[in-house]
Amino acid sequence: MRNMGLKSGLRGFKKRVAWIIFLLTVVSYQLSAVSFAQQTASSAELIENAKQFDGKEIIYQGEAIGEVMTRGNYSWVNLHDGENAIGIWMPNNFLSLISFTGSYNARGDWLEVRGVFNRACKMHGGDLDIHATQLAKIREGRQVKHRLVSEKQSLSIILSGVLICLLILQLLLKRLKKP
Amino acid sequence: MVLKPTLDDLRGIGYYLGKIIIGLGLTIFFPIISAILFRELNPAYDFILSLLICLILGQLLTTVCSTQKDLSWVQGMVVVALAWLVAALLGAVPFYLSGHWKSYLDCVFDAMSGLTTTGLTLAQDIDHLSRTVNLWRHFLAFIGGQGIVVIVLSLLVRGSAGAFRMYVGEGRDEKILPNVVETSRFIWLVSIVYLVLGTLALAIAGKIEGMSWANAIFHGVCIFMAAFDTAGFTPQSQNILYYHSLGYEIITIVIMILGAMNFNLHYTLWRQKRREVIANIETRTFFMSVMLTFFLLAAGLSRLGMYPDALGLFRKGFYILISGHTTTGYQTIYSRQFILEWGPLALTALIIAMMMGGGVCSTSGAIKSLRVGVIFKALYNDVKRIMLPEASVFIEKYHHIKEVVLQDRQVRSAMLILLCYLCLYALGGIIGIAAGYSALESLFESSSAAANVGLSCGITQPGMPSVLKITYILQMWIGRLEFMSVFALIGFFVAFFKGK
Repeated sequence: MRNMGLKSGLRGFKKRVAWIIFLLTVVSYQLSAVSFAQQTASSAELIENAKQFDGKEIIYQGEAIGEVMTRGNYSWVNLHDGENAIGIWMPNNFLSLISFTGSYNARGDWLEVRGVFNRACKMHGGDLDIHATQLAKIREGRQVKHRLVSEKQSLSIILSGVLICLLILQLLLKRLKKP
Repeated sequence: MVLKPTLDDLRGIGYYLGKIIIGLGLTIFFPIISAILFRELNPAYDFILSLLICLILGQLLTTVCSTQKDLSWVQGMVVVALAWLVAALLGAVPFYLSGHWKSYLDCVFDAMSGLTTTGLTLAQDIDHLSRTVNLWRHFLAFIGGQGIVVIVLSLLVRGSAGAFRMYVGEGRDEKILPNVVETSRFIWLVSIVYLVLGTLALAIAGKIEGMSWANAIFHGVCIFMAAFDTAGFTPQSQNILYYHSLGYEIITIVIMILGAMNFNLHYTLWRQKRREVIANIETRTFFMSVMLTFFLLAAGLSRLGMYPDALGLFRKGFYILISGHTTTGYQTIYSRQFILEWGPLALTALIIAMMMGGGVCSTSGAIKSLRVGVIFKALYNDVKRIMLPEASVFIEKYHHIKEVVLQDRQVRSAMLILLCYLCLYALGGIIGIAAGYSALESLFESSSAAANVGLSCGITQPGMPSVLKITYILQMWIGRLEFMSVFALIGFFVAFFKGK
């Protein structure tokens, strides 16, 4: 009887430990998710709350747009997250990750940058920027091929005809007016 | 008794309007060439369509309204006021066809903003805009800065009294050379010489800052056109902040100041009369007001500890002040930072600078330095008159190209324009408040639109109310034409419906 009581007590203890471990795992997972979420910021959040983010490490995502501008061992890459573009100051060894930058002919790579946010960067004359410490490519960019809209072609031909008719009419009117 | 305009009056207006539309159409050849060079097929067709629409409309008007009669003062003014509206409507066609604008109203907003050298934009996804459409945005500013009528006068119209009336109607009351056509050609000569030099300087700076030669030249051309014509457009969504470059900022400061200078002053400088720059009332007033407003702005920013050092204060504070004062509108900070971080003192200083503007007969907008100078001279004169014995007689003079005696007529005219501008700023501000924005934000954006500046504190965006878009379009139009042509147009309509 005592053995059975001990066994059932042990089983209960094990169950409790398993519950505690499960709960701890859930809580720690939630906490890590919360702390990660606090670090990720959109351009609008960064601009609106620049004072709070100033000097802090943040995570920012966006499309590389324009052109990579190399200045010595570092480069400027501007990342647009759909609302605003923010300048990212990064070491040149990160550049190998970038294959496309956004323009009329291309969608730029979607990049995730981890770095220090500056509300008014002392190194760059007061720019609001991010100094990158890590860079990752989330989505590869691509070339964009623009298909010609055929209606534009047809309309151009019709309007050219109208213009020619008008010019002929003007010539005829001029000749008629001459004595 | 108000006289109803006759059919002949309408024909005269229609004929010259047609000529101006043809002139505008001819300028579309430049983006077509650019589209061919950049191999952008869809934009090429967008511009071919726009060119055809302009030529058909212009041809139709000149054929139907064909006349040999010269324009009267009212007709000249009406032609100009209508021409700017029609130019915005037609200039918006390529924007609409590109699909980067939410509605045709937004396209007209941007076309009017470009033509009036304002620089506010409702374009979406500028970073993926074709080079040709981007060039057109900047080219519109280049056309508008010199004046739509000036182009037509240079190319299509002979130098008649009517031509001079249209020239004056476009907000330019100073002739540089005896003939108005020669004056127009001189304005274009100055602009093209500076275009070559400015583009070269910006392209070299761009290359040094890490851009490819092709991009450096393209950005150089666009930035020059928008800086010299005090427009404030850029090919990227971040405005000048995109470049992160002190060199670029210094070069654009020089170009913005050159653009805000009276073309008459350029002429005297070209004739080696360098002392004119120091003696001229316009440059003196401009210098004084820049110093004064910068002092206030720097005090405001320093009190808040916004920038870490003097370089930061220069690159943000001084740059934006010059940009606002010359009515260019280039920004090195984000729009929302004005409201969130600059504080009321710095913002007030910037608004004052925006309201004053650059030189008359220049590409800049707003009240203008000459008028501000004349008003202060008159004020000083009146104070001096009180201090001196009653019997004393004195004549007050000021220097503007030549020695000019200060007369009540000039003061009255300057005061009237000042009053009109203040009303226009206030009216836009009130409509902004009614639309739900704060008083400071509304006044900032309204002043920026009416003074043709282009700095934005964040109100101007595709989602803003349509009533505000229309308000800003009208403000930009009225502000650029300096009221008289618009008043003449209103008077003409009244006469048309109520005249006998």
